[in-house]
Amino acid sequence: MLGDYTLQNVVMGALLLGAISGVLGSFAMLRRQSLLGDTLSHAALPGVCLGFIMAGSREMGSLMAGALGTGAVAALMVVLLTRYSRLKTDAALGIVLSTSFALGVVLLTFIQGMNNAAQGGLNAFLFGQAAATLRSDLLLMAGITALALILVLGLWKEFKLICFDPGFARAQGLPVLLLEVVLTVMIALAVVVGLQMVGVVLMAAMVIAPAVAARQWSPRLEVMVPLAALFGMAAGVSGALISTLGRGLATGPLIIICVSGFVLVSLLLAPRRGLLWEAAFRLRQRRRLRQQQLLTRLYRQASWHGEPRRGSGRKLADDDCDPRTRRVVRQLEQRGLVGCHDRHWMLTAEGHEAAARILAQLEGRAT
Amino acid sequence: MLAALLDNPGVMIVTVGALVGIAATLVGTFLVLRGTSMLADAISHSIVFGIVIVWLLTHQQSGPLQLIGAALTGLLTVVLTELLINSKRVRQDAAIGLVFPLLFSIGVLLLNLHAGNIHVDTHTVLLGEIGFVWLDTVSLGGYEVPRALLSMGAMTLLNALFVGLLFKELKLATFDAALARALGLAPGVLFHALLLTSGTAVAAFDAVGAILFVAFVIVIPATAYLLTDRLTLMLAIGVAVSIGASLAGYGLAILWDVSIGSMMAVMTGVCLLLAFLFGPRHGLVAQAHERRRQRRLNESRTLAVHLYNHEGTPEQGEENVARALREHLLWPSERAQQAILKGLDEGYIERHGELLQLTATGRAMAREILAPGRE
Repeated sequence: MLGDYTLQNVVMGALLLGAISGVLGSFAMLRRQSLLGDTLSHAALPGVCLGFIMAGSREMGSLMAGALGTGAVAALMVVLLTRYSRLKTDAALGIVLSTSFALGVVLLTFIQGMNNAAQGGLNAFLFGQAAATLRSDLLLMAGITALALILVLGLWKEFKLICFDPGFARAQGLPVLLLEVVLTVMIALAVVVGLQMVGVVLMAAMVIAPAVAARQWSPRLEVMVPLAALFGMAAGVSGALISTLGRGLATGPLIIICVSGFVLVSLLLAPRRGLLWEAAFRLRQRRRLRQQQLLTRLYRQASWHGEPRRGSGRKLADDDCDPRTRRVVRQLEQRGLVGCHDRHWMLTAEGHEAAARILAQLEGRAT
Repeated sequence: MLAALLDNPGVMIVTVGALVGIAATLVGTFLVLRGTSMLADAISHSIVFGIVIVWLLTHQQSGPLQLIGAALTGLLTVVLTELLINSKRVRQDAAIGLVFPLLFSIGVLLLNLHAGNIHVDTHTVLLGEIGFVWLDTVSLGGYEVPRALLSMGAMTLLNALFVGLLFKELKLATFDAALARALGLAPGVLFHALLLTSGTAVAAFDAVGAILFVAFVIVIPATAYLLTDRLTLMLAIGVAVSIGASLAGYGLAILWDVSIGSMMAVMTGVCLLLAFLFGPRHGLVAQAHERRRQRRLNESRTLAVHLYNHEGTPEQGEENVARALREHLLWPSERAQQAILKGLDEGYIERHGELLQLTATGRAMAREILAPGRE
């Protein structure tokens, strides 16, 4: 199956897209600019159309250049609107997104009116048409991805700093504005790579989702960024492979569904941060607390009676005592901290020691 | 007369476009003011999912079931986003961007799988076909009324009722959510605005599609927001912009033979750009003008204080002359000249040969600057 020429192209395209969007999306997410990817990808549509009108044919290079150009203009408009008007960032993003998309559709219908035979397939940029990827397109995409990755590696320290502490970066004399512009333009580059694969509408998720998934697994940028690239590539390839299973299974939406699946799994299962992980941790904590509570209660009762190991916990042993307490007693018994003597629950020697330790700790903390 | 209007495609198209704008503005205003514009974007993308699901279940393309389905999808989008945010694992912006592409993808995929037997294809989903609204009509009281006109009219009415009846609650919840909660004055009312947004998106779906709707629901209120500080006025301006954009968009689309709905959306963007540049108080031109006025004012105040400080001192002959402004205050000669002319015009300095002298007004002004409130 992998010998199929089209499929090879699609898989390679998906790998490139996953790598570049995962890496750049990580920086965008950390800088709280996730939705910028959404705006830039919608803004690529008029650029594609302009590129087509200029070149007169569906030549990938000029389409990509056009998309990059309008992406940059859109990013600039967002900055202008938020800086010089009283609109907030979300409104500025929405405004630029919707109007540039509308402009793209206007240009699209304008091109259709030109009756140019070569125009076929421009619509494909809405949702992407992975199967139409050519080797020459791949070369371009690979070039862009390589450029972006080299830039990220070369400027790693600087990018890291402006993600986590832009104020400090400025105080250190880094050209923060320039670096932010470079990062934004590179997101536009990722969008350009994704045009053919997933299309302008769904590209937003490719920028956000791998980064969000990777973030759950590691708090370190050095781990998170490669992991995001890995998630992006894995989603791309699985989407591409699933789409070969039947007719009507479009690659773009499938890639998005796969990457969303990764996000869900990561949110639930990631060590320490995952929701299930947290639930299990809470459960363990609660159980430990209950055991400690019971131990110290028995201990206090015993000291009250003046007999170090005597327990007055008869009620605990009765069948009609509340089931939760009974469960805790069983757990303690299993750990060998509590023993049953003559229908009385008593602390064992270990239990006595453990309870004393807990109390000492608590009192130590209180003082 | 009415029949002639209803038969005129142009009139119908412009009316439907304007109604989409008006209905969207009524709810969109509150979303823009609350800073949740991108939620509107997310909702309008994900109703595609709702529309496809309802179609698969009931085989109905429009009607109340579709509206309910869409409202539920909107609800689902909001709830899922909130859930992600509340898990504290994902920030708000990323949460929005995770939910709607997934729902949209599932919708598109289902659409593709059933492409053979569903009239909405992926193209219509995105763009709608406002140019054909006059073809799809229903009989009503002897008239053939376009279906889109009816549904958009009903939606506009519903939104207008909502805003009209709950105006006080909406206003409070928008501008002071904490007070609204403290007073128990329907703090959840904005949530219903989101539901109505998804309803409006569905009603507008046939006309402008899922993505162009975003332009109507965000750009028009944002334009109005740049032009006024009053909520009622903002709604009124929104209505005016809707009508204007619809008319201009239709005209230009016919002229250039391009998509009508998109051209209307582009026109809303043009309106926004105009408001951004030429708005009366917040526009760029007005801001530049205001800054220049401030600079001039500052210059005349500086001049007055300078003259006042050297008035009657031995250096007066050297300091209080035009040359000194250039050499001591380091003003370019143009600026010095303008400041002097302004001072002469407004009557707080006088010229005696070389010497510039403060008048009584000018002296009072300088004293007020140096020792405010003391006479």
